[in-house]
Amino acid sequence: MSALGRLKSWEGLLLALLVIIVAVNIEHSPYYLGVGNIVNLFQLSIEKIIVALIMTLVIINGEIDLSVASVMGLAACVLAWLFEMGTPMPLAIVGGLLAGLAAGLFNGFWVAYVGLPSLAVTLAGLIGYRGIARILVEDHPIGNFPEWFNLVGQQPLIGPVTVSIVIFALLFVIIAITLHSSALGRLVYVIGNNLQAARYSGIRVRLVKMTLFGASGTIAALAGILYAARLGSVRGDMAAGFELDIITIVLLGGVSIFGGSGNLAGVGLSILVILNLRNGMGLASITGNTQTSVIGALLILSVLVPNMAQTISNKWNGRET
Amino acid sequence: MNWLQRYVRPEQVRELSLLLLIIVAVIVFGSMIDNYYTSRTFNRIASSVAIITIVAVGQTLVVLTRNIDLSVGSIVGCTAYFTGTLLAQNNDLHPLLVVLAAVALGSVLGAINGVFVAWGRVPSIIVTLGTLAIYRGLLVDLSGAKTVTTDSLPSWLVDLPRVNLFAIGEFDFRAMFMLALMIVIIFQVGTSFLALGRRLYAIGSNPDAAKLIGLPIKRLVFLTFVLSGALSGLAGFVTLARFGNITVEAGRGLELEVVAAVVVGGVNIFGGSGTIMGAMLGAIMIGILEQSLFRLQISEFWRDALLGLLILLAVASDAVILQRLRSLWARADLKFIAKPPDDGPAPERRAPP
Repeated sequence: MSALGRLKSWEGLLLALLVIIVAVNIEHSPYYLGVGNIVNLFQLSIEKIIVALIMTLVIINGEIDLSVASVMGLAACVLAWLFEMGTPMPLAIVGGLLAGLAAGLFNGFWVAYVGLPSLAVTLAGLIGYRGIARILVEDHPIGNFPEWFNLVGQQPLIGPVTVSIVIFALLFVIIAITLHSSALGRLVYVIGNNLQAARYSGIRVRLVKMTLFGASGTIAALAGILYAARLGSVRGDMAAGFELDIITIVLLGGVSIFGGSGNLAGVGLSILVILNLRNGMGLASITGNTQTSVIGALLILSVLVPNMAQTISNKWNGRET
Repeated sequence: MNWLQRYVRPEQVRELSLLLLIIVAVIVFGSMIDNYYTSRTFNRIASSVAIITIVAVGQTLVVLTRNIDLSVGSIVGCTAYFTGTLLAQNNDLHPLLVVLAAVALGSVLGAINGVFVAWGRVPSIIVTLGTLAIYRGLLVDLSGAKTVTTDSLPSWLVDLPRVNLFAIGEFDFRAMFMLALMIVIIFQVGTSFLALGRRLYAIGSNPDAAKLIGLPIKRLVFLTFVLSGALSGLAGFVTLARFGNITVEAGRGLELEVVAAVVVGGVNIFGGSGTIMGAMLGAIMIGILEQSLFRLQISEFWRDALLGLLILLAVASDAVILQRLRSLWARADLKFIAKPPDDGPAPERRAPP
């Protein structure tokens, strides 16, 4: 089976899974497909799925960014800290975004210019950025943001659709265009497929990696700020552990952890699968911890199943792995 | 310089510099904190290091083969909780049986990781990120969010952390610390001198070559995950003894500290180099940092930020400085081979083509 065929069947599998989950959910609640519930579905995990979009690019590029959840926390804490110091809210938001950009570029510098493994660098970031966030706000929650800021997180903008969802939709389109029909997108695939070949053919690998890590930090910061707006208050440990869900979404979408393959359509489908699954489990009154377990199992299965399929199809064709 | 290069390997330079860093840290903290150089500080650090060290030994074995085990925190939590519940229900269980139960449970959880990594060909970071969530989820579900309390545990276990094997002056060498030290020595000897241990290095430094010379890679990788699970199980028992009160949150986030200890200790995250001893030094460094910052009071929140920086520095110094050292050593070796002996004619040597 060709790579393209396998990819298609992977997305087919996701689609089938989605249909089953939605069907079961409708069985549970007749109002499931109502507009209110669907908006709610997106709204509850909107920050994670925003970050999953840029994570897709990072992983296709052959790297990983484990620090995103901490960058989300850091941006929110920088914002809250600036706000508490008396900075006007718009400036505080810019400060939060800049902190995210700086964190991302810092990761990128060590990966692209010093040549360290991104796993180790972003693990250090995962711990370190969370630490900086804790230094800034210590252990008290910061709230009482201006009314308009809280509304950004909660108020519907177009019909029932909130600002966060609009931002998600815009980012989805921008990243889809970048990945699938721009020069940068092709470079992302080439570098992910074969770093050495990319280097020898004169591609500016460092620039591409810096761009991706910078973008990853900035978008994670944006997501963190939206999260702060939705919750209406900021704590040092906010968004802790989100990296599990984010990476699961990307890998379930058929993106290879080794880089070089995957597409945004698959990730889009996997976002829908995971959102509906979580919502469905909520309807069936399954608690948050079990939900996380199921997501964890899904993460392992999303790599195990294609591997097993490969092994079986190779055996079928009489080849040894 | 030559004699140095003959007797000291670059990895040992790395460990010596960490030792130096530890001494510097102790001096710096000593000048900032009153009454720092007392037996109390030593005892505190020693008992907090024990848990991280035991888990870090297992983690080192896994990392040597180019894998990673992020589920250790959840395994420690599971074993601490379930062993505690078991013991609370049957107070007269034999101590050895309790330890065995903890190790067995840890091994089973580690074996599950190992099967997926070795035979399922799923990258270890994905498997263990998944089981990190799954094991914790199972713990929360099966426990019904109840807590193991100290008063339900038998007295031998509650007293265990204060048991002294021997003391030098005021410095107590407690059972837990000695247990960790013993494990470090056993595994250090095992990885240095046993064929099995050397094979782990072979797999990590060049998996393709290891496969070509016929090493049973799958079985060895599986074994490292089982050992990592077993040691985490043992650490779970130590956690139970040390804290007594075990909630479902026990051991959460421990995996970060352990990976930090291993990386700071000079074990290459891409496998093939590093020692158990180094991992222990890493754990001690982190223990000193934690306990000293705790004593400084103002900066408890600085711990994570400093830990992140420490990991980054460790990895960066590995990449930049250690690479240079290695090539320096390699060049010295070449010179040693190329230079003909002074006495007598040069041995027969094929001319370069």
